[in-house]
Amino acid sequence: MPTLTIDGVEVTVDDGMTLMQACEEAGAEIPRFCYHDRLSIAGNCRMCLVEQENAPKPVASCAMPAGDGMVIHTNMPSVKKAREGVMEFLLINHPLDCPICDQGGECDLQDQSMAYGGNDSRYTENKRAVTEKNMGPLIKTVMTRCIHCTRCVRFAEEVAGVEEIGALGRGEHMEISTYLEQSMTSELSGNVIDLCPVGALTSKPYAFTARSWELEKTESIDVHDAVGSNIRVDVRGREVMRILPRLNEDVNQEWLADRSRFAYDGLKKRRLDKPYMRVDGKLQPVSWEEAFKTVADKLGNTDASKIAAIAGDLADVEAMIALKDLMQAVGSSNIDCREDGILHDAGNRGSYLFNSTINGIDEADAILIIGADIRSDAPIINARIRQRWLTGNAKIAIIGENTDLTYDYDYLGAGPQTLQEVAEGKNSFCDILKGAANPIIIVGKQALAREDGQAIAATAAAIADAIGGTYNVLHTAAGRVGGLDVGFVPQDGGRNVAEIVAGAASGDIDVVYLLNADGIEGEGLDKAFVIYQGSHGDAGVKNADVILPGAAYTEKDATWVNTEGRVQQGRRAAFPPGDAREDWTILRALSGVMGKTLPYDTLGALRARMVEIAPQFDVLDDVTAADWQGAGQAGELSDAVFTNDGVNHYKVNPICRASETMDACEQNRAEISEGTGTNG
Amino acid sequence: MLNDKDRIFTNLYGLQSPGLDGARARGDWDGTADLMGKGQDWIVDEVKASGLRGRGGAGFPTGLKMSFMPKESDGRPQYLVVNADEGEPGTCKDREIMRHDPHKLVEGCLLAGFAMRAEAAYIYIRGEFYREAEALQSAIDEAYAAGLIGENASGTGYKFDVYVHRGMGAYICGEETALIESLEGKKGQPRLKPPFPANVGVWGCPTTVNNVESIAVIPTILRRTAAWFAGLGRENNTGTKIFSISGHVNNPCNVEEEMGIPLKELIEKHAGGVRGGWDNLLAVIPGGSSVPVLPKRICDTVLMDFDSLKAVQSGLGTAAVIVMDKSTDIVRAIARLSSFYQHESCGQCTPCREGTGWMARVMDRMVRGEAEPEEIDSLLDVTKQIEGHTICALGDAAAWPIQGLIRHFRPELEARIAAEKEAARNRVA
Repeated sequence: MPTLTIDGVEVTVDDGMTLMQACEEAGAEIPRFCYHDRLSIAGNCRMCLVEQENAPKPVASCAMPAGDGMVIHTNMPSVKKAREGVMEFLLINHPLDCPICDQGGECDLQDQSMAYGGNDSRYTENKRAVTEKNMGPLIKTVMTRCIHCTRCVRFAEEVAGVEEIGALGRGEHMEISTYLEQSMTSELSGNVIDLCPVGALTSKPYAFTARSWELEKTESIDVHDAVGSNIRVDVRGREVMRILPRLNEDVNQEWLADRSRFAYDGLKKRRLDKPYMRVDGKLQPVSWEEAFKTVADKLGNTDASKIAAIAGDLADVEAMIALKDLMQAVGSSNIDCREDGILHDAGNRGSYLFNSTINGIDEADAILIIGADIRSDAPIINARIRQRWLTGNAKIAIIGENTDLTYDYDYLGAGPQTLQEVAEGKNSFCDILKGAANPIIIVGKQALAREDGQAIAATAAAIADAIGGTYNVLHTAAGRVGGLDVGFVPQDGGRNVAEIVAGAASGDIDVVYLLNADGIEGEGLDKAFVIYQGSHGDAGVKNADVILPGAAYTEKDATWVNTEGRVQQGRRAAFPPGDAREDWTILRALSGVMGKTLPYDTLGALRARMVEIAPQFDVLDDVTAADWQGAGQAGELSDAVFTNDGVNHYKVNPICRASETMDACEQNRAEISEGTGTNG
Repeated sequence: MLNDKDRIFTNLYGLQSPGLDGARARGDWDGTADLMGKGQDWIVDEVKASGLRGRGGAGFPTGLKMSFMPKESDGRPQYLVVNADEGEPGTCKDREIMRHDPHKLVEGCLLAGFAMRAEAAYIYIRGEFYREAEALQSAIDEAYAAGLIGENASGTGYKFDVYVHRGMGAYICGEETALIESLEGKKGQPRLKPPFPANVGVWGCPTTVNNVESIAVIPTILRRTAAWFAGLGRENNTGTKIFSISGHVNNPCNVEEEMGIPLKELIEKHAGGVRGGWDNLLAVIPGGSSVPVLPKRICDTVLMDFDSLKAVQSGLGTAAVIVMDKSTDIVRAIARLSSFYQHESCGQCTPCREGTGWMARVMDRMVRGEAEPEEIDSLLDVTKQIEGHTICALGDAAAWPIQGLIRHFRPELEARIAAEKEAARNRVA
């Protein structure tokens, strides 16, 4: 614990802290460009120079460890002069194009030049110009603006785990480029835009569409995977202009997956903006009254046992409660939120949560990943595992597809047979698991969404028990854990998703209410009367007889529970388009038309009801841990290997599927994997 | 003037065989095992007592540097890295050592490496030194064959390997941490210090990087005693040194001389004097391209050692004496150096990346006089903004020549600007 004096203030800091951190502790602000908390120290911008007594020259405070007895000055004329010198050097070759730069208004260089920049330029030579580099459909480059801080290089190498950005050339001719001028093959590539302190790397879809100061900023929650990344939705008028990550150390730190960041243009396309009804086989726009009346009649005149409701991947908790209550009022017990067919036991919370929590990955010393394409399903969690791996002393093993996860792992096998071997202690990795102090097991969708899914869950849970480890389920849908938490599963003897679809095919189910459910597989729904409530004209409307337009995630105050069981509230950033409404209000209005009015008129009352059903909803932004009572049901394991079954990373939900940016990403990824002409 | 009996590099001019036989005839590899038998601490203490200062330019006491290496290993191997990337313009002393007397270096590697508990020495040799690398390699092969290094080096039971690694000719790879990066197969960019190489060096292991000459003189110091070496030269600037004299002299040469020899004596005795006589001298860059230039009036009396040259705001550097007579366009000469540093800047840190180009462009105009008089001060200011603010010393090296120019030849710059203004007026008229 070194004690040092900074500008006359004595501070004691932890061992290993840098001078910069110590200075901040002492209240002295240090300007910086290349330094970033989560990246290795480069020390190349030289903006953070401070004066150390008895040192021959100013020291770079970002790189110098704080030492006992150091006397540091951050406000001496010599320090100011040094920083002004660096600022001048940075500016001589930086274009004066702030008025047309997307970074304008949120640019580190702009801000710091206010403090350290000169009034006019002494540099009369020609400025350097650098050709733009192609970095794919997401990142726009204006490399003349680059100040060579190498944050992007370090991010790619250290966090994203793809060594695809680097510096070419030296001296003045140093240029940042990607490998062969391709986009990074990373699901986290958009973060370099946030990291870039200047306007060299900016968002391509956002280019020239808005200025940062005219945007209304709303803090919300992402729904493109089950991580629940914290986001900030920037809106101008009714339009979402961009989405940025928000700091949350427990969830996404400060990163955001490309899918979550760039799919927002899907919010403007294929939207359901008025109610529709199928008349003579064709969908016709109708008024809310007509739509409600038709639905109410249908629900009222159908035997309750022939009515079913399915909540999909993007359903929020409020809407699911309202739909569950409505179905209860109707008398139907055929409700299910498990669109992907995984038969999670809603009564056993520990069996469907990521019990270790995301932070818990940092403490894990052995990680067994079973049937999860974790890099695609949850890029943020994958990055966290990589971060754990980088710190050393963690062994990771995979059962499933052998893919590049950006870290080294032991590949144990492709399917349940290997899992069985591990359970029986016959696998080489068993010793590592047993010897680990804090082993964790992650089970993904590939392992669970299949006939023997529950048997696999039981086997994995048995392994967790045997090694004293933690059992974790990696969900892929933002709405799933919330649905399970409120018990949106078949009530006493009711039908699950597969049975509802089969019932519809056989005529045992007449009416199906789909809430944001676009991923129902199998034939049958075309025979039933289908009510679809959702935001996009996607797969779910195919068989719809009535369409009730709902709000997308940026357009409603809604609660989401992430894969850890963390309850988080998203906030409305914009209004839904046209006649579309927030989902729970649609159900509340429908209940009124049916004469079975739901007992809540306000969001507050509905949320009180949520807490009544499941007390964990009272604890926001935190994880209410679940009791561990095992998981799954013992049974036969099949021979079939785990496969991601063609899941397209960029096309997982209606918003992504409507997004042209995601189209471009998909196409770009295909082009990169096709190769450059030497692939035969 | 150095007596012949006190010369270390007795085959500097290649008149004898560079091979093992020739080296043995000159006294190399004589009693190496006995020297090692005296212990590691003894070697370090002897080198300390000799007052040897690093011959690569910075002049850091070699013995002190050796003592920074961990005495107890924490499990990591330790390495000696020899900097043979002699890239400083004007300098060609290491080249001659490796060409004609490579065994001095190889034996030095063993003794210094043994003293620092290193298990191997890596000699990072400049890519352009193709023949020198061959000569060095054949000396190493001979030494292996004779059992002088290797599994049982010189019969002492100590295992010591020597490897030659050829660089690709980047000036920056002569900076010790950039050299380490390059040796590891990475882009040659200097590292931040701390951690220093003695703690975290090549492949993360404790490492000491020494200049070829510093290592090559160690066997002789140990054999002839520290007192002998310390008795040469002046206090704190002891021993002998190879001077590379180039430029406008009648007989450009490498010569081993005693530290502290007057510059004038050095040039007149060994290089045949300045072309056209001493009075035709304009200026001398006394220690390779990165140290400030000295005008004749200082050259008349200055002594060639670290402290004397520092006292006149220059430096001994690598002791590469670049002599310029009155036919020299001094501004153009310095502008050429600026352009060299612009080309060789690695581009990592801001002041050097941006500043070297700025200075080179202004210097280019200064050559032609196409500048305003106040730009001289702003140029000086730019050099001060670079100096001391960079990761490595290349920034300083780029700034100093210009500072030297402005310090001693400001009237020349002003005259040139005035002449160009006059010419411009005439052109318009």
